[in-house]
Amino acid sequence: MSFSKVLVANRGEIALRIIRSLNELGVRSAAIYSEADSDCLHKELADEAHLIGPPPAAKSYLNAARIVEVAKEIGADAIHPGYGFLAENGEFAELCEKSGLAFIGPTPENMRLAGDKLIARQTVAAAGVPVVPGSDQGFSSLEETIETCATIGYPLMLKASAGGGGRGMRILKDEQDLREDFAMAAAEARAAFGDPTLYVEKYILRPRHIEVQILSDGKGDAVHLFERNCSVQRRHQKLIEEAPSPNLLPEVRQAIHASAVKIAKAIGYRNAGTVEFLLDADNQFYFMELNARIQVEHPVTEMITGRDLVKAQLSIAMGNGIGFKQADIQQQGHAIECRINAEDPTMEFVPSPGTIETYRSPGGFGVRMDTHLYSGYDIPIYYDSLLGKLIAWGSTRGEAIRIMRRALLELTIEPVKTTKPFLLQVIQHDDFVSGEYNLDLVQQILDLLENQEDGF
Amino acid sequence: MTENLISVMSPLSGVLYRKPAPDQPSFVEEGSQVKKGATLCLLETMKVFTKVKSPVDGTVAEIHIGDEDTVGKNQVIMKIQS
Repeated sequence: MSFSKVLVANRGEIALRIIRSLNELGVRSAAIYSEADSDCLHKELADEAHLIGPPPAAKSYLNAARIVEVAKEIGADAIHPGYGFLAENGEFAELCEKSGLAFIGPTPENMRLAGDKLIARQTVAAAGVPVVPGSDQGFSSLEETIETCATIGYPLMLKASAGGGGRGMRILKDEQDLREDFAMAAAEARAAFGDPTLYVEKYILRPRHIEVQILSDGKGDAVHLFERNCSVQRRHQKLIEEAPSPNLLPEVRQAIHASAVKIAKAIGYRNAGTVEFLLDADNQFYFMELNARIQVEHPVTEMITGRDLVKAQLSIAMGNGIGFKQADIQQQGHAIECRINAEDPTMEFVPSPGTIETYRSPGGFGVRMDTHLYSGYDIPIYYDSLLGKLIAWGSTRGEAIRIMRRALLELTIEPVKTTKPFLLQVIQHDDFVSGEYNLDLVQQILDLLENQEDGF
Repeated sequence: MTENLISVMSPLSGVLYRKPAPDQPSFVEEGSQVKKGATLCLLETMKVFTKVKSPVDGTVAEIHIGDEDTVGKNQVIMKIQS
């Protein structure tokens, strides 16, 4: 089967990314845009573009019923949700399929499982993959939580069963922290996800975030495309990702890849996904969560494997399978991605919207820039601060870092503030260069800069 | 003691919310007594929420914005009599 027209239900760089693959495949691309995005590049690059609603996301890019209606009106066969917005909304996927539109992504059941962190944990543990030691069930009262926490042992992480992104999340050093934080964490979880259920997990010291890219056809065939290290994070938001992960023991690496494939097969996962693991200082790895979407950082995997993941997503959604076997997937060189966000790193990363007067892209060997920016572009206040992703590929990690450094120096975005100066600090930091870094790195660098007169 | 009319300006461009949630009452109305640091409204910029706080103890004298209005950086949103 082949699609003749695909509606891209997203904006910004990821909409462009998807439209480009559709254009190459000769599949007609349909963009949607809000009133705030009438000057956006995804509208220009697509074969056709349709106004979807007013600027707030709830009235445009999150308006599931309207998006499906437009897709039907224009005769699209399928919808690609990108990431964010409706990408992990099981009801939206269900609505698409009920309306006769293929949803280019996981099944609604896959998404429900991925979205309920507690059920995901139980399912993964049952498949024989290690999970972070923690509670087997959720809690709604402090008293029952105290007992379980004492059994597992502090330090612990208190987490929301229904969510992620740091909300409802607390680090507990001892029982006193639990007593102080439980009610507030439950309230946050209820406000953010409509469900106050909490659970606890052992707090892993000096952890590394290692995730595995998987592709699966939903019919028993699944492959991995190696791992990414995403340990450069600020407040659970990734800033730099790289593939492959530096300083990973070959046997640990293989075990992590095998676990990811095992999970994909155990749950009948369909399409592209990412299995996230935490790796502790003793090289023990634990399942953390399943991301049921194409991820922001997918280009680093594309650069080391030479595989277009969006085309693979389309192939699976068309019912044509993954298109290649595990043995066909080879890795070459090293890739690093830096997220260029409209945020001021000197002012606690406060958002920095505004008009881009000058945009100059870096170029040359090993450089890929996925962005929707152009000189004169007005960054709307309504959406995410991600302006683009700068990806560097080199034959070795050292070369990739050197290419990234000079590409960041070439990149000009004025006058809005971006994460560029901070990213330059990180990639030149000794611990990043040696590859011996963990999730504490960003805070260490921020503490260092705070003690300097002229940090940037 | 001299009384002053203090302007509260939006620190960033964004969308202002006068209520903590759609089904709840506004943080303040004209005539409300506020303490320094009290939340006057919420500002949403690129999915990030920040609280706009009162710079002084006083009374809300003028409110220049409506709920869910778009504001520019440094736009006056309220005036506080202190």
